[in-house]
Amino acid sequence: MKVDFNIDIHHLPRVEGHGNVHISVKNGKLEKAQWEVIETPRFFEMMLRGVSAERASFLTSRICGICSISHSLASIRTLERAMEIDPPEAANAVRLLAMHGETLQSHALHLFFLAAPDFLDMPSAVPILHAHPEIVKAGLLLKELGNEMSVATTGRATHPVSLVLGGVSKAPSKQRLKELKEMIRKRHSALETATDFFRTLAIPEFVRETEFISLHNGKDYPFIGGDLVSTDGVVRDENDYLLMTNEYTTDFSTSKFTRVSRESSAAGALARFNNNTRYLGQRANEVAESFGLEAVCHNPFMNNIAQLVECHHIFESAETLIDRLLNDDLQHIRTAYEPRAGEATGAVEAPRGVLYHHMETDKNGKVVKADCIIPTTQNNANIHYDLQALAAEAVKAGKTDRETEKLCEMLVRSYDPCISCSVH
Amino acid sequence: MNHLGFKIDKVKIASFDFTCCEGCQLQLANKESTLPAFLGLLDIRNFREISSERNDDYDIALVEGSITRSDEIERLKAIRAQAKVLVAFGSCACFGGVNSLKNKIPREEAVRGVYGDKAVETMPSTKISDIVPVDLMIPGCPVSKAEVERIIVGVVTRAPNNLPKYPVCVDCKQKLNTCLFDLGEVCLGPVTKAGCDAVCPSGKTVCLGCRGPADDMNFPSFIQIVKEKGLSLDEMLEKLAFYNGFADYLDHES
Repeated sequence: MKVDFNIDIHHLPRVEGHGNVHISVKNGKLEKAQWEVIETPRFFEMMLRGVSAERASFLTSRICGICSISHSLASIRTLERAMEIDPPEAANAVRLLAMHGETLQSHALHLFFLAAPDFLDMPSAVPILHAHPEIVKAGLLLKELGNEMSVATTGRATHPVSLVLGGVSKAPSKQRLKELKEMIRKRHSALETATDFFRTLAIPEFVRETEFISLHNGKDYPFIGGDLVSTDGVVRDENDYLLMTNEYTTDFSTSKFTRVSRESSAAGALARFNNNTRYLGQRANEVAESFGLEAVCHNPFMNNIAQLVECHHIFESAETLIDRLLNDDLQHIRTAYEPRAGEATGAVEAPRGVLYHHMETDKNGKVVKADCIIPTTQNNANIHYDLQALAAEAVKAGKTDRETEKLCEMLVRSYDPCISCSVH
Repeated sequence: MNHLGFKIDKVKIASFDFTCCEGCQLQLANKESTLPAFLGLLDIRNFREISSERNDDYDIALVEGSITRSDEIERLKAIRAQAKVLVAFGSCACFGGVNSLKNKIPREEAVRGVYGDKAVETMPSTKISDIVPVDLMIPGCPVSKAEVERIIVGVVTRAPNNLPKYPVCVDCKQKLNTCLFDLGEVCLGPVTKAGCDAVCPSGKTVCLGCRGPADDMNFPSFIQIVKEKGLSLDEMLEKLAFYNGFADYLDHES
């Protein structure tokens, strides 16, 4: 049977920001599949010009309501490298714990509130709260734990307060750290409930080979700084981020597209996993194995599982970090500095993938030039070409317009796009 | 649900975002321990960020973000026509927010600087009350979930909703924090509306005024203190401009 249909998803729900999907099928053949970002641009790179280095991270954190800690730390790393400021070890541990909190919060939000409803054929997590209360409660316990880590380390869950140039302005109290450690221990069972729940879901089988890009430091699972690597064997210095992105504009999207060795590439939990499997904690590795997740995995729907695996890694790593901080007197948390002229890149692994900030300062420590390349920007082209391949496969398999639409929505969501962030 | 023995109907609520980071909407899903009870008050009709259901019959509209493109004006007017109570949700909606920092850059220069030769539509960032009447303001970057809960419960139970009239300093002093002025920094606590629990100065970073001007404050004497302490007026101006909440005062100064 030759089918004709058009799919027009305007303002795709259950993702951060505004994106559209257009698919048209004529005579049983895919004519067009397109990922369009229509978010309003905010021009952060221009706003940053003239802002003092001290204030820059407080501005860039406002690029994103979900990964504000990543943006704050990307700017701080950029400016510390540009102005040759060396933050104390204890501050680095606090920052990493803050990243863990944000990643856990973001992954829990995505897995339970944005992605899970599709697998259960429900419009949102609200009806799941009635049908499977224990699942949503487990998700809330994980999200709350992530937020508590962020509050303890940065003063607030969204838009961090105490992450500053040179270190942190305030360290968490020992009492707070002990409570946090206890909270992590108590919530292992919620994470196992979540893991068992995800085992019951049917992850779509779909493969389109691509290039996965992430940080890599040769020591541990990457979160802050390192080399830029790809599964196609590319290795670059952090400052050479432009060679790892090659941004270009299209006429249908306000968010840019990027490419490296192929027509598209991907960033995010699956990319981090594919490049850094050996640095995962023990339980995280076991969970990956139990889901059949193996590097290099080219199924974008498995990004959901990679996020779950990272939650396990964060549980293990956060406890170690807290122990390290409990053994520190927490007196040296901030390095004094003099403003100076400089230029550098700071890369961090935001929940959705590698995030680059690049800034240049003048001798008074004012930002004179800024560039931010967001993980979702680096996923746009991959989403776009995945949609074409997935829609073509669905049509070939005789799926209806409704089935194709749902599969395409699930595909976009599996990237956990952060669209307003990508337009910034 | 019941309140003091009276049955209370759920309120039909919708959440919309314009030019912003969506961080304020995200706060709705925070404070997880009270979230199921809070959701029990609400009949969520339209909340694209977390639900695929779309229903245009709602009473309260939470509007996050500032307005920076012509299509947003039409969308905002349609929301105003539907909503009984329109809430400016967060600093971008209330004041134009950090987005307003681009207003000082010529439009062509901003577009060229980011997009090169690609034509991209944008206009100066404006607060939503410049376009439509606003019934309630919940400022903050991001909004405080505790305050949002209190205000929404107030709407549901027909209780009056008042934001504090006093400045952040009052809460900060109660927490016995060291005053950041004494550490040689310009903090906007003396002039900014309280209600945030003084979260920034409690974390030893300065208040940047995300909640806008307090009703009961003394702006000229604040400037006097900055001058007397020999602190940088440039730094003060950079901070006052950060969220655009003090635009009226800055116009006055210059």
